[in-house]
Amino acid sequence: MTPVIGLETHVELKTNSKMFCGCSADYFGQKPNTHTCPVCLGLPGALPVPNKTAIEWCVMLGMALNCDIPQFSKFDRKNYFYPDLPKGYQISQYDKPFCVNGNITLQNGKRIGITRVHMEEDTGKLIHENVSGEDVTLIDFNRSGVPLVEIVTQPDFDNAKDVIDYLKKLQQIVRYLGVSNADMEKGDMRLEPNISLRKNAEKELPKYKVEVKNINSFSFVEKAINYEIKRQTEILNDGKTPIQETRGWNQAKQKTVTQRVKEEASDYRYFPEPDIPPIHWTKSQISNLKFQIGELPEEKFKRFERDYVLSNYDAEILTRETTLADYFEETVDLGKKHGLSAKQVANQIINKKTEIDKILPAQLILEIIKLTVKEDIDKDKLRKIVKEVLEKNPKIRNDYKAGKKNVLQFAIGAAMSMVGKKIDTKELIKIIMEELK
Amino acid sequence: MSKLNQLSLREAAEGLKKKKFSSVELTKNCLEQIDKADKQINAFITLDKTALNQAKEADGRIASGNDSPLLGIPIALKDLFLTKDLRTTAASKILENYIPVYDATVVRKLKEAGVVILGKLNHDAWGHGASGENTNFGPTKNPWNKDYVPGGSSSGSAASVSSDMCIAATGTDTGGSSRLPAAFCNVVGLKPTYGRVSRYGIIAMSSSLDSIGHLTKTVEDSALFLNITAGNDPQDPTTPNIPVPDYTKSLGKSIKGVKIGVPREYTTEVGGLDTEILSLFEKTLKELHKLGVEIKEISLKHTEYANACYYVIQPAEVSSNLARYDGIRYGSARQNFGEEAKRRIMLGTFTLSAGYYDAYYKKAMQVRTLIKNDFEKAFNEVDAIITPVSPTPPWKIGEKIDDPLKMYLSDIFTVTANLAGIPGLSVPSGFTKNNLPTGIQILGPQFSEERLFQVGYAYEQATRFFERKPNL
Repeated sequence: MTPVIGLETHVELKTNSKMFCGCSADYFGQKPNTHTCPVCLGLPGALPVPNKTAIEWCVMLGMALNCDIPQFSKFDRKNYFYPDLPKGYQISQYDKPFCVNGNITLQNGKRIGITRVHMEEDTGKLIHENVSGEDVTLIDFNRSGVPLVEIVTQPDFDNAKDVIDYLKKLQQIVRYLGVSNADMEKGDMRLEPNISLRKNAEKELPKYKVEVKNINSFSFVEKAINYEIKRQTEILNDGKTPIQETRGWNQAKQKTVTQRVKEEASDYRYFPEPDIPPIHWTKSQISNLKFQIGELPEEKFKRFERDYVLSNYDAEILTRETTLADYFEETVDLGKKHGLSAKQVANQIINKKTEIDKILPAQLILEIIKLTVKEDIDKDKLRKIVKEVLEKNPKIRNDYKAGKKNVLQFAIGAAMSMVGKKIDTKELIKIIMEELK
Repeated sequence: MSKLNQLSLREAAEGLKKKKFSSVELTKNCLEQIDKADKQINAFITLDKTALNQAKEADGRIASGNDSPLLGIPIALKDLFLTKDLRTTAASKILENYIPVYDATVVRKLKEAGVVILGKLNHDAWGHGASGENTNFGPTKNPWNKDYVPGGSSSGSAASVSSDMCIAATGTDTGGSSRLPAAFCNVVGLKPTYGRVSRYGIIAMSSSLDSIGHLTKTVEDSALFLNITAGNDPQDPTTPNIPVPDYTKSLGKSIKGVKIGVPREYTTEVGGLDTEILSLFEKTLKELHKLGVEIKEISLKHTEYANACYYVIQPAEVSSNLARYDGIRYGSARQNFGEEAKRRIMLGTFTLSAGYYDAYYKKAMQVRTLIKNDFEKAFNEVDAIITPVSPTPPWKIGEKIDDPLKMYLSDIFTVTANLAGIPGLSVPSGFTKNNLPTGIQILGPQFSEERLFQVGYAYEQATRFFERKPNL
């Protein structure tokens, strides 16, 4: 059986103000109900005013995920009752989202389709507490109305590993764009995989779908998916069909648990939000936003490999975050004057795990120079050592002649250990090559 | 001299400016009239105890040379307009004890202009109704005959202005709620273009239809009032940034040669049009003809679908807008909604439900576009359109309260303007044999309020129905 997995991801944007009012969107750790106003409290008469920056960021994120940006878009009301939803509806997007039809390519080359990227608002937060001996539920509306972007994939995954790779890529893109910190611990990213299984030969989607709601860690997603695959496999092997439902990940019990069994389709009674006029993008507005998108992870990675002649491994590490990539580039630039190569800088940063927020690029260069000061060694002495190495290890010569160039590394290592101190490897390699001819 | 409370807004403003009397005197006169008349009329839900202090403050500003046209003018607000620190009920038990923490944009603008707020006015709860009976605070009576309804939903607004308890009053108009009561009480009611006046801070009924208007004694007063309330509001994204002209500028301009359309669907083809209304309307047309207006029969083809369309879209939005009064906040459980609100919540919830959306809401939105197009086409041929406001004169209290469909039919001439988003001005058009007021509405293209005032003013000055006052 093959797992069929899709993913919905909510990303909280780090705009200064909330989605539809001027309240600060920076609610984390703040005193409850201090970042509120009539709009995000859903008071009578209050009206939403959309946050332009949030909309632009949503579109830019969609562009970074290779989406089409339709020229017409609108907000809709998603009507449902919950105490953390003060208006009785969430302003979201239904049939005309800002971004559609995108894709993201995983490390293994597999392409995952992005169905849509849309804009909505976050809800308040319920806090269950005991106040003077009474169990009560309190509502904190600081989070109410914080801009949320929802990214929905096609059911293109068939294993949890790929899902994690996708999530890492998505997180990286979001951070590159600077639209969210994508900090899992602060709830900036919330993940909802839906999982079902089909027989290997089948092409159609299974008739049921199990959604696991609101997971806030990559590793929990992985566990939840693997748990579900196992659970559903057992049910299917018994000749039964798993029920369509929403489950939650219970970290303590290391399993998913039923939250609610869904009706055929949940009825949110969507209709166009009458308080916000529809959005018509002009072509120039769209191209202007595209222009604002900086270099994305994929491009930066390729450029690092190419322009700095870095290994795949080094380039990947150095481009994980823009702060590190920028630090590297700055250091390389400064290092040129001192004859330092990009590779030397990369080695220093990666191998020595440089604390980039503590050591300035200029300082780092001094450190590299200090480490690379070479002690002189007599060329004849060096040649003697090389000859000795080659005599002791005839395999080197044979392998080299057979075209196995890797053997040079072994020769260098052997010679270096006989020298017993830091020397200029260029000179050493030159001598080895001469001796091998 | 007549009592100060009987003055029009323009007259009162002039008197204040020339220091013939003070705002305190004017306000006292209004409060006395409220004290005397409101026991019978029931127009007010809440009186603002600070009214005289506001008047004193206004007098101070007048003394220091401020001559804002509304400075020191006592007005009253429909109880859907949020007033900071002053109870705002929506005429419903649900918000019986609700004290807002902020002022509606319109209220703020009026306060800045220096009006004196006398209090909050009764209306059909949440704006639901055409008679003023759907309220948890007792029905408002028609000052012209207390056995009759004053029209709704802005019932208290029309009745209070008509009985000189205040100089002017705010209203809302979602399907005729300013125009209909104005017609029933012999006052002027304006439904501005959708988006001309901010909705921020006014309890929403049906967000895509709600227009924020007012009821005044004369057309000129209506223009003066709109000068203050109109304009873009950064807190209401449906208010476009279109400049606000001085609406009094068009008053007194001749209407000779103005082309006015009379939609045949509203007169000859509609069932249930009262014969007295029809004959009064024909008189109106003659009067306009005398003023040099070119009357032209036109067609608004989709009129017959308008009410059906309205009663799908409006309850749908109502059901969503009332969801926040969920019993968790505001201290009142959902069962305290009145019958009419419950009916609309149920209706709207149904039409938006999966499987029904396409057949009802979506179709209604398509019809709405057709109605809009009808008007656009018509306004290529004529400058304005004129129709009766209501197919019937005011009816007796209790007469239609158990028959919602009959009640809904009284909106039949007014809902189209809301569906199309165009402005409408209701102007007194004479009395029935039973001495009950009637009104005509003048409709124009979006943002053509100046034209409506021009036509309305000419008609009003020629007919002078506004001079007649009810005997209380």
